[in-house]
Amino acid sequence: MAVTGDGVIVVGAGPAGIRAAERLVAAGIRPTVVEESARDGGQIYRRQPEGFRRPPEALYGADSAKARALHEAAQALHPRVDWRPGTLVWAIRDGTLLVNRAGQHEALPFRHLILATGATDRIMPLPGWTLPGVTSLGGAQIALKAQGCVIGREPVFLGTGPLLYLVAWQYLKAGVAVRGVLDTSAFAKRVLAAPWLAARPGLLARGLAYTAALRRAGVRIATNITPLEVEGEDRVAALRWRDAAGVEHRAACDGIGMGYGLRPETQLADLAGCAFAFDGGARLWLPVTDGDGRSSVPCVYLAGDGAQIRGADAAELAGRLAACAALRDSGRAVDELEMATLRRRLAGMTRFRRGLERAFPYPAHLAADLPDETLVCRCEAITAGALRQAGGEYGAAEVNRAKAFSRTGMGRCQGRMCGPAAAEVLAAARGIPMAQAGRLRGAAPVKPLPLATEAAP
Amino acid sequence: MTQADVIIVGGGLMGTASAFFLRQRGLSVILLERDLVGSHASGTNFGNVRRQGRFLPQLPLANRSRAIWGDLPGIIGEDSEFLPSGHLRIAFREEDEARLVAHAAAAREWGLDLDLITGNALRDRFPYLSPSARMASHSPLDGHANPRLAAPAFARAARRAGAVLHEGAAVLGIVKSAEDFVVETAIGAFRAPLLQISAGAWGGRIAAAFGEPVPITPAAPQMGVTEPMPYRIAPVMGIATTVKEEGVYLRQVKRGNIVFGGGARSEASLDTRRARLDPLNTLAQLPHLARLLPPIRALSIIRTWSGVEGYMADDIPVMGPSGKVTGLFYAFGFCGHGFQLGPGVGATMAELIATGHAGIPIEPFHISRFAQGPPG
Ligand SMILES: Cc1cc2nc3c(=O)[nH]c(=O)nc-3n(C[C@H](O)[C@H](O)[C@H](O)COP(=O)(O)OP(=O)(O)OC[C@H]3O[C@@H](n4cnc5c(N)ncnc54)[C@H](O)[C@@H]3O)c2cc1C
Ligand SMILES: Cc1cc2nc3c(=O)[nH]c(=O)nc-3n(C[C@H](O)[C@H](O)[C@H](O)COP(=O)(O)OP(=O)(O)OC[C@H]3O[C@@H](n4cnc5c(N)ncnc54)[C@H](O)[C@@H]3O)c2cc1C
Repeated sequence: MAVTGDGVIVVGAGPAGIRAAERLVAAGIRPTVVEESARDGGQIYRRQPEGFRRPPEALYGADSAKARALHEAAQALHPRVDWRPGTLVWAIRDGTLLVNRAGQHEALPFRHLILATGATDRIMPLPGWTLPGVTSLGGAQIALKAQGCVIGREPVFLGTGPLLYLVAWQYLKAGVAVRGVLDTSAFAKRVLAAPWLAARPGLLARGLAYTAALRRAGVRIATNITPLEVEGEDRVAALRWRDAAGVEHRAACDGIGMGYGLRPETQLADLAGCAFAFDGGARLWLPVTDGDGRSSVPCVYLAGDGAQIRGADAAELAGRLAACAALRDSGRAVDELEMATLRRRLAGMTRFRRGLERAFPYPAHLAADLPDETLVCRCEAITAGALRQAGGEYGAAEVNRAKAFSRTGMGRCQGRMCGPAAAEVLAAARGIPMAQAGRLRGAAPVKPLPLATEAAP
Repeated sequence: MTQADVIIVGGGLMGTASAFFLRQRGLSVILLERDLVGSHASGTNFGNVRRQGRFLPQLPLANRSRAIWGDLPGIIGEDSEFLPSGHLRIAFREEDEARLVAHAAAAREWGLDLDLITGNALRDRFPYLSPSARMASHSPLDGHANPRLAAPAFARAARRAGAVLHEGAAVLGIVKSAEDFVVETAIGAFRAPLLQISAGAWGGRIAAAFGEPVPITPAAPQMGVTEPMPYRIAPVMGIATTVKEEGVYLRQVKRGNIVFGGGARSEASLDTRRARLDPLNTLAQLPHLARLLPPIRALSIIRTWSGVEGYMADDIPVMGPSGKVTGLFYAFGFCGHGFQLGPGVGATMAELIATGHAGIPIEPFHISRFAQGPPG
């Protein structure tokens, strides 16, 4: 089997992957770039489907210049890389990626691998959250960006984090009557986090501007809230919540966008054998990297939100830095100044991220109070009660054992959605720290693999 | 408690079921498990509760086990999702058909009735089967159960009955003193006059330490599961073939997912205690699964896994008393077919240890079949 594209493979064509590939190309390498979606751009700079012609300003707002720059960079790379869109990496085996493109299997051996797999929304279950009309914040944003659709005419946005305000504002700007922005984090946390957030004054100012614009438009913004229940017969009709003073409210709505920050897509790093460590700030198990993106496995590098959530600008820098590290490790000269500059700029972004974690903490405390009947694992319809029974009566001391007993995380998404929340429920039920509840081990396929897959001729 | 009538090494289905049945017979039991009960082969297997296709002299044990499977709620208080859904072995070639016919005739002598179904009858009863299937051997009382639940359920029942079970108790060494076996573990020493080794794929190491080496190889059967589809395939089914790669099997669980396995195995390590799932084996299973059950092609696979299993050179387990050491008993190396046998092994080992008689013939599994003749 010939090693493709010089044996360097980049997985993911978002900001991190594109900048990594670009840096490799600049060094005279022809990397293979594997991307599950049909087009490049990744999550934040997701492109509309071919044929749609809305201008970048309408799609990406204040980030349109960055979006345009990234898309142009990607376009310029196409002839200079082995570009494989619409291709899912579903397993890693002995230095080889197993990929599936429209039902055709192929094995891609690599010498160096850069994983830039991005992130997904982080959820916290809530009674009624599986009713039609409840979407992730990211899903709500993608609907708007990629298809120009909205999740409701009168939606409520629930959760925490900068994306909460951003998406609400994007909906407002699209002419939607936003019925409320409900944040589980206390405003006071934002004030306390200010010294960290000040690391990126521009972004901080932008966040404040979204909030101000929402307020000006008369949108109700409440902080330090407790979500109670999504009401509705066969689709969402209202959200019940409690304010900081303990007063209950009911917000009628026809859609809910819900998200509590992001969680990295780390399955491929797991399958590659990378070591993980618990990150107390994020309350997540994350793959271990040195500052430059080297994982614990030689020749496997991690960049962007797939390694740690630092946002799109950091992803671009981290992609480039990981490529530099890979180049250096393969014996090519890389200017130390280039790497030092990238590291310095990333340090500020890491500080900002720590600020975000303080300002908008994941509402882990809600896990303890989830009613027993609430579904935690949506795919397999497993309730918080069943999970608690696995941890209690059946003695499961960590989340893989709880999965074996209760099926939590055994469905279509393989715990990518519910895994961290399930660990919180288990930790709360057993009264153990979250780190001790562990993380669901990854297994192939990373995403569902059609049985009709055929070996390429 | 550090002393008991019997110490059991290994908390898979063999160890936990033995502990439970020993308590039923009034013996005190300490079970020592290195990891978590049922976390190795017993918790990762395919879940087949199948008697047909076995080495025939094993049928008395398999029949005894099947009777217990059918009565689990009465015996241990939960059913481990055992479903007597029937089991089909499907032949696609004339020579495989001939083997099914011969096996059915022979199995009858051992108390297992199999229906051979062909032609239109086959398609009428099991319309989802491949049109190219020539014959099915149907074992109506076989079925499947949930491997993740069975050994822990026996462990809970054994505890309720008074057995002492220690997890995280790796056995590091065993010495036989005049009276007792003294078992050194990661959490201290335990002693008992009677000792059962049910350490699965690791059993060979302990037997060798007692001067009874056996030819056992760890290996990793390859498993997977699809997304759900509406529940309509009751029987477990597998391809009857002598070609290893073709030998896939599958079952639909009531939630709708189809669990499958078979074909080439991968490596398993006794030292890391990990079994490898080779995704290329998964790909190699696909055409055979589609041949067995064409509708499966519309589904996606959502997860794959494996487990560490011990295979003996002659493909039958080591079970019974030691050939060398009094008070020592073995039940390990179940060669990929021990899940069905587990409850029966527990009942039989308990009877053997408590009374000196197994109650059913188990001589073919005696460890002395591997003993070297006396030197010279
Ligand atoms: C839903 C959502 C909405 C967001 N919206 C904003 C926003 O509005 N503003 C903002 O600042 N930040 C936003 N973020 C964060 C932002 O997306 C990231 O900071 C940025 O996109 C990270 O870049 P990346 O290159 O690390 O990952 P991504 O841009 O996510 O790119 C990762 C790429 O890897 C591909 N991939 C993953 N796994 C595989 C696989 N197994 N095989 C093949 N390809 C694979 C994915 O398809 C994807 O294209 C959002 C994140 C999410 C999840
Ligand atoms: C993937 C797979 C699929 C299978 N499918 C089927 C099937 O469909 N039907 C069927 O009938 N059979 C099947 N089998 C076989 C069946 O699972 C096994 O034969 C059976 O579970 C063996 O049980 P056991 O208790 O002997 O071994 P195990 O379950 O492996 O238990 C042995 C235990 O001993 C412990 N141990 C080992 N050494 C020590 C030590 N030094 N100190 C303390 N503890 C120790 C181990 O930690 C382990 O928990 C399959 C096996 C696998 C792996």
